[in-house]
Amino acid sequence: MNDRVSRLRQKSLETPTSVSAERAKLITRFYKEKKYGNAVSIPVQRALSFEYLLKNKEIYIGDEELIVGERGPEPKAAPTYPELCCHSLDDLEILNNREKVAYAVDEKVMANYGEKIIPFWQGKSMRDIIFNEMSQEWKDAYSAGIFTEFMEQRAPGHTVLDNKIYHKGFLDFIKDIDVSLKNLDLLNDPEAYNKREELKAMRICAQAIIVYAQRHAEKAKELLVEENDPQRKKELEKIVQTCSHVPANAPRDFWEALQIYWFVHLGVITELNTWDAFCPGRLDQHLYPFYKKGMENGEFSSDQAKELLQCFWVKFNNHPAPPKVGVTAEESGTYTDFANINSGGLKPDGTDGVNDVTYLVLDVIDEMQMVQPSSNIQLSQKNPDRFLKSACKIIRKGWGQPSIFNADAVVEELLMYGKSIEDARQGGTSGCVEAGAFGKESYILTGYFNLPKVLEITLNNGVDPRSGQKLGPETGEATQFKTYDQLLCAFKKQLNYFLEVKIKGNNIIERLYADYMPSPFLSILIDDCISKGKDYNAGGARYDTTYIQGVGIGSITDSMSAIKCHVFEEQRIPIEDLLRVLANNFTGEEKIRQMFLNKTLKYGNDDDYADDIMKEIFTAFHSAVNGRKNTRGGIYRVNMLPTTCHVYFGSVIGALPDGRMAGEPLSEGISPAQGSDIKGPTAVIKSASKMDHVHTGGTLLNQKFTPQVLQGDGGISNLAHLVRSYFKLGGHHIQFNVISADTLRFAQETPEKYRDLIVRVAGYSDYFCDLSKPLQDEIIGRTEHQSF
Amino acid sequence: MDQGIIFDIQKYSIHDGPGIRTTIFLKGCPLNCWWCHNPESQSFNKEVLFWEDRCIGCGDCLKACPTGAIEKESNNKCILCGNCVKACSTGARELVGRRVTVSEVIKDIEKDLIFYDQSGGGATFSGGEAVSQIGFLKSLLKGCREREIHTALDTTGFCDREYLFQIADLVDLFLYDLKIMDDHKHLKYTGVSNNRILQNLRELSLCHDNIVIRIPIIPDVNDHDNDIDAMGKFIKSLLNVREVNILPYHNTGMDKYKRLNIEYLLSGATPPSKDKMEHIKKRLERFGLQVQVGG
Repeated sequence: MNDRVSRLRQKSLETPTSVSAERAKLITRFYKEKKYGNAVSIPVQRALSFEYLLKNKEIYIGDEELIVGERGPEPKAAPTYPELCCHSLDDLEILNNREKVAYAVDEKVMANYGEKIIPFWQGKSMRDIIFNEMSQEWKDAYSAGIFTEFMEQRAPGHTVLDNKIYHKGFLDFIKDIDVSLKNLDLLNDPEAYNKREELKAMRICAQAIIVYAQRHAEKAKELLVEENDPQRKKELEKIVQTCSHVPANAPRDFWEALQIYWFVHLGVITELNTWDAFCPGRLDQHLYPFYKKGMENGEFSSDQAKELLQCFWVKFNNHPAPPKVGVTAEESGTYTDFANINSGGLKPDGTDGVNDVTYLVLDVIDEMQMVQPSSNIQLSQKNPDRFLKSACKIIRKGWGQPSIFNADAVVEELLMYGKSIEDARQGGTSGCVEAGAFGKESYILTGYFNLPKVLEITLNNGVDPRSGQKLGPETGEATQFKTYDQLLCAFKKQLNYFLEVKIKGNNIIERLYADYMPSPFLSILIDDCISKGKDYNAGGARYDTTYIQGVGIGSITDSMSAIKCHVFEEQRIPIEDLLRVLANNFTGEEKIRQMFLNKTLKYGNDDDYADDIMKEIFTAFHSAVNGRKNTRGGIYRVNMLPTTCHVYFGSVIGALPDGRMAGEPLSEGISPAQGSDIKGPTAVIKSASKMDHVHTGGTLLNQKFTPQVLQGDGGISNLAHLVRSYFKLGGHHIQFNVISADTLRFAQETPEKYRDLIVRVAGYSDYFCDLSKPLQDEIIGRTEHQSF
Repeated sequence: MDQGIIFDIQKYSIHDGPGIRTTIFLKGCPLNCWWCHNPESQSFNKEVLFWEDRCIGCGDCLKACPTGAIEKESNNKCILCGNCVKACSTGARELVGRRVTVSEVIKDIEKDLIFYDQSGGGATFSGGEAVSQIGFLKSLLKGCREREIHTALDTTGFCDREYLFQIADLVDLFLYDLKIMDDHKHLKYTGVSNNRILQNLRELSLCHDNIVIRIPIIPDVNDHDNDIDAMGKFIKSLLNVREVNILPYHNTGMDKYKRLNIEYLLSGATPPSKDKMEHIKKRLERFGLQVQVGG
């Protein structure tokens, strides 16, 4: 990367993350002083608040920046959204002082919150309203950690942009809105008034984003006056031109294409604190026409295109996720806001989507090495191996990006639920692993679901042993179960019960957002909100999906397998004893724990005994959720991913029959429980692919390798073959950890958690834990030289 | 023969032939090389391994043992009944060696078919000396051939000529070990003469066109220039050797000797340096051979 990019990147990495009260102050003033006037519909109120924010917020253009615009007053200053979640002074104190994922909160912010923001929003935020509206059953289950609730402090969103802004500006969108307004049938359509208000709101938002860009042009003009450096003057002139042209109009060149997206991105994440921020989706395909034109016209070189892309990358990193608190902070404890750039995949006509910009993007990912934006490749069988291998070479460097998705499976998943083939091919994955039809689908994740916790409650006849509180129905004393099937049957009843509690809550929350917290700006961007005259949060999107994400499939499978084998089949331990041992967290019963750990057939080893249990649990979860109607005209579906929730969920569960001690993390994604897969990566892939991935909207599989395993061309080829094989088997996603020396040291201390770790020793590979201490030390030494 | 004894099946094996492979380790070997990193491969019988670091001292194995062999292992009272292994919760006691049927092994190999197809991989039969269980090996190779699975055989070459030629057509790739040219030294360090090994290789190379020769480089045993030159000269005289792989000695087997409670004769040796390996590679290349470090 060049010096400019290096400095911008460094600045982004070094600037501490802080809380900015700017947005909270403005939004509070807007509502307190009723800047929207009287008797204005809620969509229009929201639109006017959006306009007010964009007209009054600080405009920031940093030194040397080419792509401009910050959500806060400066980089890394995260705003808050008191209308969604009004942080208490305690919350702010915690944010400022917590060890991980801290946000600096200065005294001014505290004072503003104490004097103005909290007094106004207390009891009125969506968070307060949601908790107020939930049933006692819901609250009990939520508190016990059976599920989480995404919408309790962030708004729906979970969507990605398609290519519309690259050939249409907001003046064009206003024309579309006006056509819809003109077509309203106030005589016959009982919804016409609601539609009119929504469309008026969209129109206000479209104008607001144009004004916002114009303010950047003005700011650049001011800087131009003071600027002496001729090179920078030229750049500022270009910024003035760009911000005057986009997003009002469609972009004319590569630079404008990046800038229009960035304004749109800022609009979405300023309007509301949408989950997973926002994302440009298939960036390589969107940018390719501009790149091609620029190269053909001789307007720029690929180095300049790369520089612009890198400046664009820095912008994402400047925007950490707004501060989360409580359970939400536990389930998603990261600064990352999950904008996840897709590369490769298919074109709408079904042909290979890889182009020159794809490789440019891969170079950028490689050089930037930043946690934001996340990046992934969409790998179709139609994509060339060069594409996959280029990605593998970045993966080998060991910082976890890009992840790899099966583009063909994603298309199949989308087709399963009624998307057109073109919409499916233009879709991809966002957030962590969620499949969606970009620009056309609202696919909202609503919360993680703790599968092993339900087993714990089943074993205790509906009671949570942690609190002694009865949470679920009475499905029988475990001591009375004579067969494994009886246990399974009881588990399914509990599962269904808690999922219904969750879904009933969801169906209220969805309506609360539809009625009280519409997002007219986002609605402009997602088909068919304009033509339907309906908000994104109310069912305006062409496709509407609600997801519930299952967590801990590995842990519950192994636990079930242990019970099935040791209690019912081999009768090594009576169920009374099992319950007692679990209740005592294996205290004084290490031998029994070792038996569970070592003598249980576990998921991840391509063994049908365990894998069939996994399928059974997955099917139970899937059929309890899939196909139920949501309130937006769509259906519920399942995802299998945890973010950091497997740690939180683990913390609320006692000891499990897989040998896991109380409070320890659960397995993550669809990966086997830590250390339980001992037959190597092909066995993991085989086990994981026994789940029918097309029935999900995304699964997450993590694999660990040491750098030595991936050495040389052979290492890359074999990694690529592993991926291709997994995808032939229908796998949705795979990502690789290439292990650092620190992890190896950790592995040395707690080998039981790292039994699956393969290291390249000399002329062969072996399991790290099977090596002697001195040899391990030697390998740790070696790895350190090779890792970053 | 539809049964044999194996001691391991390793998936995602990527160093014993092309692509992603499954390596089946057949138990038992007529050689006992000092540097052998799989000492548990040598005996044709089952053996009990003891992982000291996994033992929590619960005493279950002592109770389970019908002969009192664990208290005084040196008495050779162990009858390999496996009771102690079954009784052990932590996996500290492990029975090495499984009697398995051909169809069991084939079933396991087939599990990773999709990876072989994708990567051009297959099954590798290693040991021990796989040819020592000729009937079993032959059935396994046939089973693979019927299923279009690529086969590699990692062999010491110390076997009846007849046996080797019985299976030559069923092996897609030979990984043929060459250790020491000096017969006295060979006898000392491996327990057998190299006459038969060299003769078999010479004859095999006349009729098989996919042979990779693998030379373990053992410090002060076969790594001097004259050792290397002798090997280079011999290999050059053969027809149809595709490639030579030189494999640096490693002492990873040391732990296993301890677990088996047997003496490691090469305990002083250190793995050859990268430079040393490079030097040997160059030296062999002077004979017009295609040489690669590692396999």
